[in-house]
Amino acid sequence: MSKNDKPLARQSGVTQASLVRKARALLAYKPADVSPQRRVQRRYTMRLWSVRHSRFLEWFYARFADVFLTLHPVWNAIGYRRAEKPVKFVERHVKGFMFDCRMCGQCILSSTGMSCPMNCPKQLRNGPCGGVRANGNCEVEPDMPCVWVKAWEGAQKMRNHDAILAVQKPVDQSLRETSAWLRVTATAAAEREKARETA
Amino acid sequence: MSRPRQPDENPHGVDLPLDPLPGHSSRGRLERILRRGEFAVTAELNPPDSANAQDVYERAAVFDGWVDGINAVDASGANCHMSSMGICALLTRMGYAPIMQIACRDRNRIAIQGDVLGAAAMGVGNILCLTGDGVQAGDQPGAKPVFDLDCMSLLETVRTMRDEEKFLSGRKLSTPPAVFLGAAINPFAPPYDFRPLRLAKKIAAGAQFVQSQYCFDVPMLGEYMKRVRDMGLTEKCFILVGVGPLASAKTARWIRSNVPGVHIPDSVVARLEGAKNQKEEGKRLCIDIINEVKEIDGVSGIHVMAYRQEEYVAEIVHESGVLKGRRPWTREPGPDDALVAERLDHILETPSEKPTDLVKDAAG
Repeated sequence: MSKNDKPLARQSGVTQASLVRKARALLAYKPADVSPQRRVQRRYTMRLWSVRHSRFLEWFYARFADVFLTLHPVWNAIGYRRAEKPVKFVERHVKGFMFDCRMCGQCILSSTGMSCPMNCPKQLRNGPCGGVRANGNCEVEPDMPCVWVKAWEGAQKMRNHDAILAVQKPVDQSLRETSAWLRVTATAAAEREKARETA
Repeated sequence: MSRPRQPDENPHGVDLPLDPLPGHSSRGRLERILRRGEFAVTAELNPPDSANAQDVYERAAVFDGWVDGINAVDASGANCHMSSMGICALLTRMGYAPIMQIACRDRNRIAIQGDVLGAAAMGVGNILCLTGDGVQAGDQPGAKPVFDLDCMSLLETVRTMRDEEKFLSGRKLSTPPAVFLGAAINPFAPPYDFRPLRLAKKIAAGAQFVQSQYCFDVPMLGEYMKRVRDMGLTEKCFILVGVGPLASAKTARWIRSNVPGVHIPDSVVARLEGAKNQKEEGKRLCIDIINEVKEIDGVSGIHVMAYRQEEYVAEIVHESGVLKGRRPWTREPGPDDALVAERLDHILETPSEKPTDLVKDAAG
């Protein structure tokens, strides 16, 4: 290999990383706020409101889940599979508006202070990474408040504030884009039935 | 003929794991040292950008006799280098005790569980579970971030594989991986009151030792350690504090603004700036921090990250006196190695023994 065949980086003594970084500015148009994770919105107003009102939302969700569970015979009559589509539609839009929901299908908002962990660019479900900036913003998206800093704040306000300390299972990717509300209801109904049988 | 046997070495070969001890989960050296109550020293190997095994050996040789474990980093800072798996394969062959880092950024649960088995089979005794930096921090910001597991579920996965002898899916393993499980902590990033609880969570998920992010703010670490002690976590987990020399005030400022999660107080930058020889002062500062850190109750060791200044690790460890005269395992050539070296020329000159050549010789 002659000297001229060597990659540019080797010749001039600069690292490949710095070349890439320099080239990035020269690339075609790239909006300022893109990130590897798809970005739903630019403002975090509603998300932050939900965290501030986590105690109310916790109370509300408990009632709401009860209502859904009492509706179990209705869901059964319609068929859970048939109910899925309309319920998912409502769930996506309500939770999307309030929490920037990503429809992971395994909602753990109650144990994360009403701050959706799937909005974390690393999709961490067990607490903040070590890269949180000193001002409490995200390492990957410098203008976004860290999802887990907010989760910790929200959890402090909630009645069940120790739920954040539970170790969460990894996300089951096969449940994405499904309704968490119906799944929780179906599981609770099955459990209730089991308890009734053993009693 | 055998070479002098060192502490914590298998008499049948340096690359073989040690005999299992009761209560130990791995068959490695690092766990033995920590459980004996000795002050452990680990260091980070700067992974080469090459396909040359010699590069790895040269970089590991500077740690000989000074460290109890060598971290094989998994594309730290999302920059592409030789994989931690490859480095571990080379290091275990030579009898070093590597700590294999696994970052969740690049591989999904299928790949990771396979790698854990492969690593344990090679003789890797320690695995450090990390989330990993975001891809935006590295040299290939266009890469797809995987983050299928996070550090917590990774810890739990490997623990399940080791203790319950099964994959995440529940399928049985015939031989579980005997590994000492580690994790990372960063006491220097918000939310500060959550950080000790997060350590508790990591311990619950399976962490047996933790290595911290660079520590430049000892009072802050002291506060964190106080809370950790109050929660009784120091009895369940060995804490190794991350330290490292700063090359200059300019580097310190660059790291502060470009490397996620590193907290460098202004006083440190000022101290470096005021020094005549900034590199020397950076080393001095590192030794001072080690001397303060080793006095903190509950600290079981240090983790020296001297990026591109690896040759200073020995000096730093020596001058801070943390080993208290103990000499960690070193790679020493045995008498048989000398024999091979002596015969090397002869071996190369050995006449060809290929059947075709032999026939040709006999005929001619």
